[in-house]
Amino acid sequence: MDLQNISSMALYIAFILYLIATFFFGATIRDKRKKHKKGIAGKIGITITVIGFLAQLVYFITRWIASGHAPVSNMFEFLTFLGMSLVLGFIIIYAYYKLSFLGLFALPIAMIIIAYGSMFSKELAPLVPSLQSHWLYIHVTTVGLGQGILGISFVVGLMYLIKEVDQSVKSKSRVWLESILYLLFVFIGFVVITTTFNISNYNVTFEHSTDSQIYTTEYHLPAIAAPNEGMLLTEGVMEPWFETPAWFQGSDSGRKFNTVIWSVITGSIIYLITRLIIRKRVGAAIQPLLKNIKSDLLDEIEYRSVAIGFPVFTLGGLIFASIWAEAAWGRFWGWDPKEVWALVTWFFYAAYLHLRLSRGWHGKKSAWLAVIGFGIIMFNLIVVNLVIAGLHSYA
Amino acid sequence: MMSKVKCECGHVNPFGTVLCESCGKPVAGNQHIDGNEGKKLLNMRYEGTARRSQTYTKSFVDRIWSFFSSVKVGVWLIILALIASMLGTIFPQQMYIPPDAPNRNPAVFYEEQYGILGLIFYQLGFHNLYSSWWYMILIALIGVSLVICSLDRFVPLFKALRNQKPKKHKSFLSRQRLYSETEKVTDSEVESVKNKLRQRCYKIAEENGHILAEKGRFSRWGPYVNHIGLIIILLAAILRFTPIFYMDEYVWVREGETTVLPGTDGEYYIKNKDFILETYDENDESDERFKEALEQVGTVVSNYQSDVIIYKAARPIPGAEPKLEPIAEESIQMNQPLEFEGYKLFQSGYQLNEFSSMTFKIYKTNDSKEEELGAFTVDLMEPESEFILDNGFRIVLDKYYPDYYLDDNGVPASETNFPRNPAFVLLVYPPESDTAEVSFLGIGKNIDPTEENEYKLGIIDFEMHDVSGLAFRYDRSLPFFGLGAAIFMVGVIQGMYWQHRRIWINRTKDGGLLMAAHTNKNWFGIKKDIETVLENTDIKMVVDQQELDEKEKH
Repeated sequence: MDLQNISSMALYIAFILYLIATFFFGATIRDKRKKHKKGIAGKIGITITVIGFLAQLVYFITRWIASGHAPVSNMFEFLTFLGMSLVLGFIIIYAYYKLSFLGLFALPIAMIIIAYGSMFSKELAPLVPSLQSHWLYIHVTTVGLGQGILGISFVVGLMYLIKEVDQSVKSKSRVWLESILYLLFVFIGFVVITTTFNISNYNVTFEHSTDSQIYTTEYHLPAIAAPNEGMLLTEGVMEPWFETPAWFQGSDSGRKFNTVIWSVITGSIIYLITRLIIRKRVGAAIQPLLKNIKSDLLDEIEYRSVAIGFPVFTLGGLIFASIWAEAAWGRFWGWDPKEVWALVTWFFYAAYLHLRLSRGWHGKKSAWLAVIGFGIIMFNLIVVNLVIAGLHSYA
Repeated sequence: MMSKVKCECGHVNPFGTVLCESCGKPVAGNQHIDGNEGKKLLNMRYEGTARRSQTYTKSFVDRIWSFFSSVKVGVWLIILALIASMLGTIFPQQMYIPPDAPNRNPAVFYEEQYGILGLIFYQLGFHNLYSSWWYMILIALIGVSLVICSLDRFVPLFKALRNQKPKKHKSFLSRQRLYSETEKVTDSEVESVKNKLRQRCYKIAEENGHILAEKGRFSRWGPYVNHIGLIIILLAAILRFTPIFYMDEYVWVREGETTVLPGTDGEYYIKNKDFILETYDENDESDERFKEALEQVGTVVSNYQSDVIIYKAARPIPGAEPKLEPIAEESIQMNQPLEFEGYKLFQSGYQLNEFSSMTFKIYKTNDSKEEELGAFTVDLMEPESEFILDNGFRIVLDKYYPDYYLDDNGVPASETNFPRNPAFVLLVYPPESDTAEVSFLGIGKNIDPTEENEYKLGIIDFEMHDVSGLAFRYDRSLPFFGLGAAIFMVGVIQGMYWQHRRIWINRTKDGGLLMAAHTNKNWFGIKKDIETVLENTDIKMVVDQQELDEKEKH
């Protein structure tokens, strides 16, 4: 077995272990009810999590050796690294606060991120000249670590909201909270539908022109939205329903738009099935699980993970980024969309930290901010990379 | 009105103080300033110090000061900068308009590509948002806010922490978030607590049996340190606008060419020996691992490189041809700029396969063997206007289009000045004739407009070269940015990774004990500290009086 296979296997094992660990953390609910303070389930859960983390470390190192560069150079590699950072953040927070419940939420989020990343091209890819630098792993790993820690604040903020948002009365917060949970279903939908059609090796080809150049685009999902003015070349497959609007940028915007449509459809179906089974809002179903957790503690962990993650993010996302940009392009700051969004993220968390100084911005409001903050991070990662073309669009 | 306030403990506080600097007793009539009225807990954020912004609000200067010292205003400025920054990424900035766009003129590009929204984007000036006057003013206002906020708080906070005494007023202690009262406490218990606090690295101050245990006070200075870092960065950004600190030039050098480096007053020259472009090769042993990826995406470039020589010009006599002394001979690659005498050269562009020269021959139009009657070579960089051949032919270069295309009106024109697609209008004067035959030649074109020409021209040879595009810069503001960033990081870590923890232990007259504690963050940590130090004593564990839980219920 060569290194690359070992690497993929290790990542797979890590994913399975995170899944098993989640169930053990789930079992701590019962422990709490019986007033066993130091639950055995929690201990098993954290042990499995650590082993899973080590397995992922094996993935990381073997892939590094196999490709000759740090595996943080494309969407798949970065997202798996982000998932790993989130797990690391959880392990550190667990060591300090012994909050088993965090695992029940942090691990699934990390798994969604890893699974989402795995849908992108996984081949070992060579580095273009601008990426050939030690700063690649210094900059990207620091950013990933910072975002992973900030991700913990999102997880805890979400827990806080699920616990505190009143499910018995109609309110905006109730709608928003449910929307965020629904969004997680869309990500799961993306993973499910992509995997399904990957297994069946589905493939259709379109020919279309953008800016007077002819492109062919391969779809791996049945085409609902064809590329703008695209022509279907494959025969005997589903005819597209409509065309992607022309203002979507880039030669493969049609495929991306089509994938988004499929993710939303699949996510919605899974969400509706879930709703049919549990017969209440997802938020309302999870809420009772969090009954025994102190809101104050959640609020504090959320704030602390921002306090810890913010300097790491600044160092990686702004300072190391600038040093590398100076070496590669001769300017440390160039207002590239990715750079601007790193600045936006930084502004946002700076505002968060300042708002925490005043009395009214603890609790729910602060939890909303933590959720929005991570939303900005994911926006920068997904939308800026895939939609707004720039120097950073590698995936 | 400007009188100082004397507390019952004897300490004289500055006008506007909320909590006595020494004993912490709330100063009557000033509680509204920190919002303590009707609250169980005291606002400890700035130790209840007298801040200029909260105390003096009469004059114009006072109002400006109060305005900028408000955290609320600061946060608003940050939010505005955040929104403005986001807006600039909706469409590409002018400098990122793709080179292959049909029309790169911003007045046309945005509307053509993005319709009415693009037009609005352009008309609002968002295509150069980050260098717009209003964006810069916004950032400058943040800078002003940083300075005023910091000064307004740092000075009084510093004084208050220096003046604090272990003996605190009961109304101060009981209104801390963590508080407990114990009725009977022995001296040995207090002694044990003190020792354990020392073990946990608390600094102990004692006064008549009252104790103040404190650690991590330096973390309180973190915000001010990181603000200093940010101010240095903003100042560095201003410096960078001056030519003394920043120069940004660009130079195109052909292979084999030696040219002066712009912006150096003729002091430095560069010679391009070779431009190299390499790609990954899936058949190569070391690149084989990338085979699948390469099959998917096609060609991937592995290296852009310019091999150059830098010369320093010596001019013993002003105005004379300079003598060129080589001072550096290196390969410039991406991520490996060439540095010399304070300047940097970056590999940032290239042009492959420009034509250096073309050689033509003359032959008879009706000669099917196209036998050469004569030949001449046109240097495409500096073309001569006339060629006289040995056998008497005279050829005049009437028009030269280095980068030929037909414009919208069908008129021949040159897209650039670079010989990428050269085309020529040549006048051929046969020996001893004054009447010219007109020929139009280009790559794949050989047109005789009159169709009556006796002689025809044909391209028989050409030479090509690559061109390197190099960014040529110096940025002397970098050390200042580096310093600012370093100070910022020190400050932000100091403020975020350490906490200022204080535990007050005051004895009452009847042998009891009051205990209160405060930290600026990580309440979980300070509670653990207190739990540990209170082990094996009968002193009551502090109670968390935080109102958060109840407040959320409403």
